[in-house]
Amino acid sequence: MENNQENKNKKEINRRDLLKGMATVPVVGAFAFGIWRKKQLDHYRSHKLSQELNMSSVAPGEAKKVWDGEPLRLGIIGYGGRGEHLLRGAGFAHPDVIQSWKDSAAENSTDRRYNDYMEQDDLNVVVNGICDLFDVRAERALLASSNTGREGANGSYGTPAKRYRDYRDLLQADDIDAVIIGTPDHWHTKIAIDAARAGKHVYVEKGLTRTLEEVYAIRDEVKKAGITFQLGHQGRQTESYIKAAEAIEKNLLGDINLIEVCTNRNSTNGAWVYNIDERGTEETIDWKTFEEPCEEKHPFSPERFFRWRCWWDYGTGLSGDLLTHEYDAVNQIVRMGIPETAMSSGGVYYYEKPDHYVNEVREVPDVWNAVFEYPKKNFSLLYSATLASNRNRGKVIMGHDGYMELGNNLSVYADRESTRYKDKIQSGLIDPNTPIYSYIPGRKDVDAVATATEKYFAGRGLLYTYRGGKRVDTTHLHVAEWIQAIRENSQPSCNIDEAFEEGITSAMATIAYKENRKVTWDGEKEEIS
Amino acid sequence: MEKGYSRAQLWALVILRVAIGWHLLYEGMIKLLNPNWSSVGYLMDSKGWFAGIFRSIAGNPDVLQIADFLNIWGLILIGLGLILGLFTRISYIGGIALLGLYYLSHPALINVTYAIPSEGNYMLVNKNLIEMITLVVLMLFPTGRIVGLDRLIFGKREAS
Repeated sequence: MENNQENKNKKEINRRDLLKGMATVPVVGAFAFGIWRKKQLDHYRSHKLSQELNMSSVAPGEAKKVWDGEPLRLGIIGYGGRGEHLLRGAGFAHPDVIQSWKDSAAENSTDRRYNDYMEQDDLNVVVNGICDLFDVRAERALLASSNTGREGANGSYGTPAKRYRDYRDLLQADDIDAVIIGTPDHWHTKIAIDAARAGKHVYVEKGLTRTLEEVYAIRDEVKKAGITFQLGHQGRQTESYIKAAEAIEKNLLGDINLIEVCTNRNSTNGAWVYNIDERGTEETIDWKTFEEPCEEKHPFSPERFFRWRCWWDYGTGLSGDLLTHEYDAVNQIVRMGIPETAMSSGGVYYYEKPDHYVNEVREVPDVWNAVFEYPKKNFSLLYSATLASNRNRGKVIMGHDGYMELGNNLSVYADRESTRYKDKIQSGLIDPNTPIYSYIPGRKDVDAVATATEKYFAGRGLLYTYRGGKRVDTTHLHVAEWIQAIRENSQPSCNIDEAFEEGITSAMATIAYKENRKVTWDGEKEEIS
Repeated sequence: MEKGYSRAQLWALVILRVAIGWHLLYEGMIKLLNPNWSSVGYLMDSKGWFAGIFRSIAGNPDVLQIADFLNIWGLILIGLGLILGLFTRISYIGGIALLGLYYLSHPALINVTYAIPSEGNYMLVNKNLIEMITLVVLMLFPTGRIVGLDRLIFGKREAS
């Protein structure tokens, strides 16, 4: 009684107090109803949609790892920019690179390149042989090959590999099981065939070859030797491409009629007008060997040595370097193979002035477009490239029922005139302006890639991808897949059959440009006309 | 006005309090219901005077988890507090603190734009700052013990 009396004195809650005190409580009820309704609609939408689309919700799993047993013994032939990246992917980074990542990470906590690299799988390999025609790069490769502990500057390195002046000697070495070929394109075929004949497994950079004839030769010799072969399209490892292939297989887009892929770059590096290393002289560069495959020999030219992609003698320009990446990405998703016809056109439009060069203006175009027809599959593949504008146009696969936008992310949209999704668009379940399916790898994470070039590559799935939400270098995954295939005596994703399709397609486009004509492929006879 | 607010003033203040509570509660609930939500993108997007601190929160997964938890439940409890007029004073203080942190992580500096939220740029005054100042005003014109559960807990108070 006393307590009650006390309470009453203190608060004296009456009916009016109750009404006013609880006046806003119904607002919480209204809010709860709103949230419940929203949740119900979201659930209905995603449940209905996933039922309709039948896409699996799991991320591509991590590849099975077989890294135990005897270490695999590698050799590397060609240690330029790309060769260096490949060896790093195998676990042997140059100390300077590691040091610069370490320093950068110390200054900027969002720069995770050092951490990512230290977490990269140890593939259980050793590097026993290196070969490069430029002494400075060969020395760099030797130091990298000894950096078994992934150390920065002034580390305690292991024993370096042996340097071979002639790649043929490297291929005869007993302590080498497999070779990575990162030379300019005009050497790919010769070295790959010699390696296959010597029984060495081969990882060769793209584009597969410089000429059409070489595509047949390399395919036949690799098959005959039965080695494990991987072509260097690291885009094969991109998670979003793997999901995109599933979306195509489940026919989310309906009948595909047009595929558009592009390259957009706007820097001298992106246009292959690379720095010319002043240490490159007739004493430090084996020019004679560099020119060996060329029908017509040229006098010593550091410009040609360091910027070889600009001349037809060594490569095929946009066709072999960048069309091949885009083609292979689409081929892994749509599985369309070699086109029936190819046409291409373009020119040297931006880098035409001599002041971009030392002695010689480039031959290969800097703006180039290629059209491939697939009449039996009822679609065209369009490739369009410029090396003088960064306006990125993405990768788009267009079908009657929907279209797909691809980069590191994947988005699938329904077409507003779609037949398949007509009812669902009318009922409001599908909104043509929002993706019906999207895949964002590592979505809980933030990409803190550093430079503009890196961003270009990353956006195109050429630099990083995600495995289990973790950021991984695709080049590492691609090399790792090859090494695992060697251990299992199998063939990796970009094997010689895939490489053949890439090589023929690229050669058709190159010939179409150089001969200014439409090139036709006869799949039965395996001939072009 | 000696003996409190006029009827119109009182209801305007209560409606404003409930509306802000509704907004904060929604922001909290929507994050709670989304299993993929994380503040990492927002924190990494931080600019201005304290960007380093906010980014370092994003860089440490354990700290980030705590920050996400506090943010979500802070928003929910503050939102409920403002709607119901429950522990109104501490809700105001909490709300002011949270909105202040949002402002400091994304200050509306001249010509600075943010990826999240992507709505162009302001000049010093942005929505977070306005919402924060509104909470300061509401705290100075309290209504929880007139219309709110605080009236039942702490007894009625006439605004003076």
